[in-house]
Amino acid sequence: MIGFVSYLVFFLTVALILGIATLGLNLQWGGTGLFNAGIVGFYAIGAYTFAILTAPPRPELVGNFELPWIVGLVGAMAAAALAALITGMATVRLRGDYLAVATFGIAVTIQLVATNFEALTGGTMGIASIPNPFRGLFATPLANNLGYLAVVVVILAVAYVALERIARSPWGRVLKAIREDEVAAETLGKNTRSFRLQAFVIGSTLMGLAGALYASFIGFVSPFDFLPILTFQIWTMLIIGGSGNNRGAILGAIVVWGIWSAIGAASSKMLPEQFQIYGGAAQAMIIGLALVLVLLLRPRGLIGEQPVTSRHAA
Amino acid sequence: MIGQAIADGLLTGGILALGAIGYSLCAHMLKFANFAHAEMLTWGAYLALAVVAFLPAGQPIGPFSFGWPLLVAIAVSCVGTGLIAVAADALVFSKLRKRRANSLTLVFASFGIALILRNLVLFVWGADAHYYGQELQISLEILPNVRLMPDQVLVLVLTVALVVALHLFLKFSRIGVAMRSMAENPALSQVCGIDIAKVVRWTWMLSGALAAIAGVFAGLTVQIRPEMGFNMLLALFTAAILGGTGSLFGAVAGGLIVGLAESLSALVIPTGYKAAVPFGLLLIILYLRPQGLFSRSARV
Repeated sequence: MIGFVSYLVFFLTVALILGIATLGLNLQWGGTGLFNAGIVGFYAIGAYTFAILTAPPRPELVGNFELPWIVGLVGAMAAAALAALITGMATVRLRGDYLAVATFGIAVTIQLVATNFEALTGGTMGIASIPNPFRGLFATPLANNLGYLAVVVVILAVAYVALERIARSPWGRVLKAIREDEVAAETLGKNTRSFRLQAFVIGSTLMGLAGALYASFIGFVSPFDFLPILTFQIWTMLIIGGSGNNRGAILGAIVVWGIWSAIGAASSKMLPEQFQIYGGAAQAMIIGLALVLVLLLRPRGLIGEQPVTSRHAA
Repeated sequence: MIGQAIADGLLTGGILALGAIGYSLCAHMLKFANFAHAEMLTWGAYLALAVVAFLPAGQPIGPFSFGWPLLVAIAVSCVGTGLIAVAADALVFSKLRKRRANSLTLVFASFGIALILRNLVLFVWGADAHYYGQELQISLEILPNVRLMPDQVLVLVLTVALVVALHLFLKFSRIGVAMRSMAENPALSQVCGIDIAKVVRWTWMLSGALAAIAGVFAGLTVQIRPEMGFNMLLALFTAAILGGTGSLFGAVAGGLIVGLAESLSALVIPTGYKAAVPFGLLLIILYLRPQGLFSRSARV
């Protein structure tokens, strides 16, 4: 029983951390219509920045400053925002798929930097003993993990409430207008480039935050934690949950992470060692298939966007 | 040292050019970035591998590492890969187009298709590297201090020949003219009696076939791996954008520039960062000249 509960806590923590990244994507895609094909890049930037800022010093690494936890989180968000600003500025005036290509490039590049810039990232060895404020705080690991889960829930809730509020604000309405008809929004005097850039940077900041929370929770980062499949997973979470709906984004994160983990657990139990690779391939194919099928058959996802009518229309 | 880097860069560049032409043709006509294009390279290489395994081993031709079976395999793989591209369009992209979905929805669907295709390769052929043959080759010193394998020389020559043939095809054949007119103005082409669905099918077929050839060449000169296409995706995008989407010689020039930049970069930065070079080029081109170096249109 205790085993099951600890697994559940572990599962929920990861799912909700991914949920924060999905909320960021929902602001970009669901809210504004920006295609981010490099989610894992921003997530990894957050995770590595957090690790470099907070992990205890090691002689062979130039980073590892052992700064406080909260400084790490803020730094991770700032680094992800900066990366988003650089890619965003290059592409924000162009057709949407250029942003897709450029963000894909960020993800590839970050993976290379993580693997090769050994003095900073520890290379393939990664960075270990990343602090978690709850590690060793209580008597049992379960209590510690519960504490961390509570922190993640609070951060997720804050992000959710903030996003809900800005979606209903004049700012959020401009974003939606851009998504629906950019020319019309521009005709009404809105600087659409600036708004798109803002939405892109805020969304990517949330992805960086999620990466930092993940690094702190697991306590270890290496290039193998940030494979391109993560981008696909988060996209699938948003699309299955319902693009344009923040609750859908969170629901999608839990559902998709649940399915992913279940297939992973099943294949590692049932498949012999030499066939393990097929389990991973099956997971990825199901994610891809889910993406395509939802796009074709149920574009609005599980919950989907709620239609909004003006108060003055009735 | 520089001479060798240039020769290697031209070789990679030629392979990238073939991939980028196919991508560019489709992207120009259907107006979306197809993330699944790189998987066509992978599938092209693996389909050829399957055919080679099925045929009896032939004698190597001249100084090359392969015999006639590989030539048959390339032909089969071109058709097979083209059909995969056509099938992806028929099953997914055309349905989304019919629903008048946003072009980014198509980008998205291509994302999912890429994932399926890549992992299908893993399922069928496993994760290990494969080769078309075990023949060892003696490298030729074509210029002082510049060595290439006979296979690599052949790949370069064939790439040039293919580009010339493709140029003539697009310029003079009926279907080539129809393809160019479709890309310029679909509505007007339809009014002129061009069968749009047929032209789109041909474009996918051609793009898939070119990708297959690029994949086989990459497999021949490096090795065949499930992630070979995916690893080239960024370079392909960069080559196509650099050249200006829709421009044949632009895509060739883009491919060569990316290939040369990658291999020359190894002289100044650690080789581990080679794959990030296209991204640097991409950012520069997007900041300075997003319509590409060789595109006539000023808008993107």
